[in-house]
Amino acid sequence: MSDLVLLLVTGLGLGALYFIAASGLSLIYGLMGVLNFAHGAFMTAGAYAGWLTMDALPESWPTGSRLVLALLVAVVVGTVIGVVVEVVLIRPLYRHHIQQVLVTVGLSLAGVAAAQGIWGSDPRPVDKPVWMTTTSDVLGARLPNDRLVYVVAAVALFLGLMALLHLTRLGLVIRAGVENRTMVEALGINVRRTFTVVFAIGGAAAGLAGVLYSQYAGAVSPAQGGSLLIFAFIVVVIGGMGSLPGTAVAAVVVGLVQQLANYYAASGVGDLSVVLLLALVLLLRPTSLKGAPA
Amino acid sequence: MTSSTQTPPAVRASTGGPDSPDGPAGTQPRSSRARVLLRAIPALVVVAVLAYLPYVAAELPGILPGRVNGPGSMQLLATCLVVGGIALSYDVLFGRTGLLSFGHALFVAAGSYLLTISLSTWDLPLPLAVGVALGLSTLLALAVGAIALRVGGIAFAMVTLAFAQAASIVVMRNPGGLTGGEEGKPLDRDALPGLLVGVSNAPYRYWLALGFVVVAWVFVSLLVRSRAGHAMAAVRENEQRAAVLGFGTYRVKLMAIVAGSFLGAVGGAVHALVLGGSNPHLTTSEFTLSLLVMVVLGGAGHRWGGVLGGVLYTYADARLVEVSNAGFLHSLPEVVRQVLSQPLFILGAFFVVVVYFAPSGLTGLGGRLIRRAGTR
Repeated sequence: MSDLVLLLVTGLGLGALYFIAASGLSLIYGLMGVLNFAHGAFMTAGAYAGWLTMDALPESWPTGSRLVLALLVAVVVGTVIGVVVEVVLIRPLYRHHIQQVLVTVGLSLAGVAAAQGIWGSDPRPVDKPVWMTTTSDVLGARLPNDRLVYVVAAVALFLGLMALLHLTRLGLVIRAGVENRTMVEALGINVRRTFTVVFAIGGAAAGLAGVLYSQYAGAVSPAQGGSLLIFAFIVVVIGGMGSLPGTAVAAVVVGLVQQLANYYAASGVGDLSVVLLLALVLLLRPTSLKGAPA
Repeated sequence: MTSSTQTPPAVRASTGGPDSPDGPAGTQPRSSRARVLLRAIPALVVVAVLAYLPYVAAELPGILPGRVNGPGSMQLLATCLVVGGIALSYDVLFGRTGLLSFGHALFVAAGSYLLTISLSTWDLPLPLAVGVALGLSTLLALAVGAIALRVGGIAFAMVTLAFAQAASIVVMRNPGGLTGGEEGKPLDRDALPGLLVGVSNAPYRYWLALGFVVVAWVFVSLLVRSRAGHAMAAVRENEQRAAVLGFGTYRVKLMAIVAGSFLGAVGGAVHALVLGGSNPHLTTSEFTLSLLVMVVLGGAGHRWGGVLGGVLYTYADARLVEVSNAGFLHSLPEVVRQVLSQPLFILGAFFVVVVYFAPSGLTGLGGRLIRRAGTR
């Protein structure tokens, strides 16, 4: 029983990370139809920004407050990168979806290579607050505290994004844009400015995901963002391409399936079972996933 | 093709209309055949020059490591050619059919690993091993394609990426010592004919690679000119219209995936023979992305695009490291030098520039420049 609780919570923590990584992708895809391959590079940038911040701050500070500052810096860096990339690279290719994907592919290659050139390809260890390395007893299971942090962060992000989408005027425009972009434009609303905002939100979420994933892995490395991105893609597809609640549910399911399969079958089977899950969803419900025509 | 479709009116006018017995039907095939022969001459010259390279003992400092026919240069050129052929096989999907697949590496890796495993672990003779590798890879392409094609557009790209990633995980996990994990799996040298083994036989592996590129090029050219090729182009240009016209677009796309993957698997097998084993890098999503970059760099859907892009990309990836040691860079700040020392950074940035300013790739750019020079 305690094993199961432990697995469920660690799976939930993993799913929370997947959700944070996938939420930005899903928003951007839903509104703009852009598959952002550079999202992995955004996450890597956030992870390195966080790592550099934690290194730059004096050792005497408690690690927890350094981590909070690192998160803030990473979110700001992610936002700035998102805005710059949207304005400089994505906007001129408006309505050329394939070219937009290609540009983000080039960006992801160049970004990872740049990080590799500056900081080397070896993983660099990251400081972790002591509390996050310990466990707490719940229902007889010793639960690692860091998973709880990820879950709290993901829930906060989810509620924040839902509030943004459903309670503000900006959210109204975004939702309307996902529904029918041409109509929103015809009503005289500047959808392009909304694109920039959505990219900024996506970048911020990517920065957050980058730091939290580097905490999860205990290190930063250039390839980190890319490996998280693959699972984020799978989550976005299973979640129905562009729906935030769908993405949340899919993230939890993927995290749980991966963790349970890794424990009850063999380590490494979890990653495969996620892909099998994807194939199954595609075979059973392909119509809900058609996606916007490219 | 555009020039040949423009000629009939002129021919018709000179022979006195479509009713005349020795009209367009009689003259056009001969002239188009002559044109085909004429257009094939540059290709034949290029192939002849490339085939002669192993007899050239000159040194090209800075361009190739050591003598042109030295083992280092031969190996580098052979790798460039193989990857060029593999990029051409990806162009069957991306440039010819408009399928944005991120899973092509899966089939290349399948060809490579299945050949290595059948030779080294199952001890099959070479012809049988090649047959097993290509047969299983094609079946895999059929299965994966059939599932992935249930979704379209961007979702298709993501699904193919996921399948390739699954394969990458399997290869890295090294089930039962079959794939060699991160180290890769070497070919059993005793199972190969002597000509393909050893440093001194590098020219033979080079010719093998060259032969693969020629076969791939002819295969793609024939495919594109066939009925199936026209159906692929129709699907690329406007899938809905193609469906209305009565093409089974699902079947056409599946056919393109299987044909491209078969060619990719051949490339993977040749890659294994040239490099003496299978490398897990072939399975990574990075390799698929680089195939996409190659095809777009060279010119998607262009007869030379894939090969040119693949050769240039592989060459640049291998040789750009030298650039970072060049003297004129020493005055630059440390960080800039570190970034520029990464070939992938330069290639990625260059790729973004090409997408913006030369959307039809280098071949398209070259064609445009030639035409502009001609009109002046």
